[in-house]
Amino acid sequence: MPLFIVEVVRLTEEDMEFDMIGIDAAIANAFRRILIAELPTMAIEKVLIANNTSVVQDEVLAHRLGLIPISVDPRLFEYMSENDQPNEKNTIVFKLHVHCKRGSPRITVKSDELKWLPNGSELIKESRKVASDSASKPETYTSFSCSQDTLPEFANNPIAPKYPDIIISKLGPGQEIELEAHAVKGMGKTHAKWSPVATAWYRMLPEVVLLEEVEDDLAEGLKSKCPVNVFDIEDLGKGKKRATVARPRACTLCRECIRDEEWEKRVAIHRVKDHFIFTIESTGALPPEVLFTEAVKILEDKCERVITELS
Amino acid sequence: MEHGSFTDNSAATFSLTEEDHTLANAVRFTLNQDPRVTFCGYSIPHPSNARVNIRVQTTGDPAREVLKDACQDLMLMCRHVRSGFDKAVEDFKASNAVKAMKIDSQDSDSEESE
Repeated sequence: MPLFIVEVVRLTEEDMEFDMIGIDAAIANAFRRILIAELPTMAIEKVLIANNTSVVQDEVLAHRLGLIPISVDPRLFEYMSENDQPNEKNTIVFKLHVHCKRGSPRITVKSDELKWLPNGSELIKESRKVASDSASKPETYTSFSCSQDTLPEFANNPIAPKYPDIIISKLGPGQEIELEAHAVKGMGKTHAKWSPVATAWYRMLPEVVLLEEVEDDLAEGLKSKCPVNVFDIEDLGKGKKRATVARPRACTLCRECIRDEEWEKRVAIHRVKDHFIFTIESTGALPPEVLFTEAVKILEDKCERVITELS
Repeated sequence: MEHGSFTDNSAATFSLTEEDHTLANAVRFTLNQDPRVTFCGYSIPHPSNARVNIRVQTTGDPAREVLKDACQDLMLMCRHVRSGFDKAVEDFKASNAVKAMKIDSQDSDSEESE
């Protein structure tokens, strides 16, 4: 494959910006689509509400809980299909119990009130079976065969929402919320709450070309027109100045420099067809460089599926 | 699923379920790079159904083989992208670590070589 280069410009825990040179738009777009819609994450899906006397309705509360990003690696879990029992391999259980006592001021319920229950659900299912089972453990909404914090990944870092200061609801005196939330694995295709990126986008590198020599007063004029300072003045000595393109990457393609008469023949703006500036902002489940590697793996898996179907 | 003629297998339409533009456009691009292909394109019959039709016409080779080769090429491209990306991330992290050490340490002689 002809020259292919990746350069990382910025990399933090939450977002990254990198350049891919030598790739085609179809592949770059495929990566972008996979990053947004086909990378799995864990998000709250079922909310079992025992008591809700707040001003936020049940379904609105459940919707808000679903959108809270959970800081856990989704590769450690499996998908849960409709016939499966919720067990420790496919479900994460959280509990939320907040009560604003009479006489105390209003409380804001933030996402750090969501407590992880590594042993599974605590709400007891009412079943018709009587007497014979009463000696054994009562049946709950999940069947965990072992506690999740025995697994090495969770032993010392409990599962919690990524950001502890997300406001879920507000309670006045005498109001209470008691609920249990089950989080499962899913993809952004089904619902946006399962998207692992705040967003991911790319733009192509702008290319600004000076078709003629732009000198002296025209150079000054050109430099002052650009709102992001793409152009610079170069001194040629003897009082002559020339404009050069210093920072084409910062160009926003606002076309201010070619707006007036006569500038069209001096400055040409287009995009470099195979230079993509990717930006990925992660919501916190996985770091952005891992997200991109997983996205590439998913594209490979898709190809393999097609190949096996064809053979 | 392949829809073509029984006598002439150099041209066929492949109907893939559970796929959309993500894979189809990428495969169409790699098909176009293949010199044996005279025509290739994809269409989505209805946006509500997750189904893609990929049409391949070749200069004589069976269309099925050509499509398989295109998918293999796409997989190779992905692996190439992945290794290039991993290396770039490593280089970036290493150069950042060196920069942090240079700022931290007062004496400029103690530069660690990774």
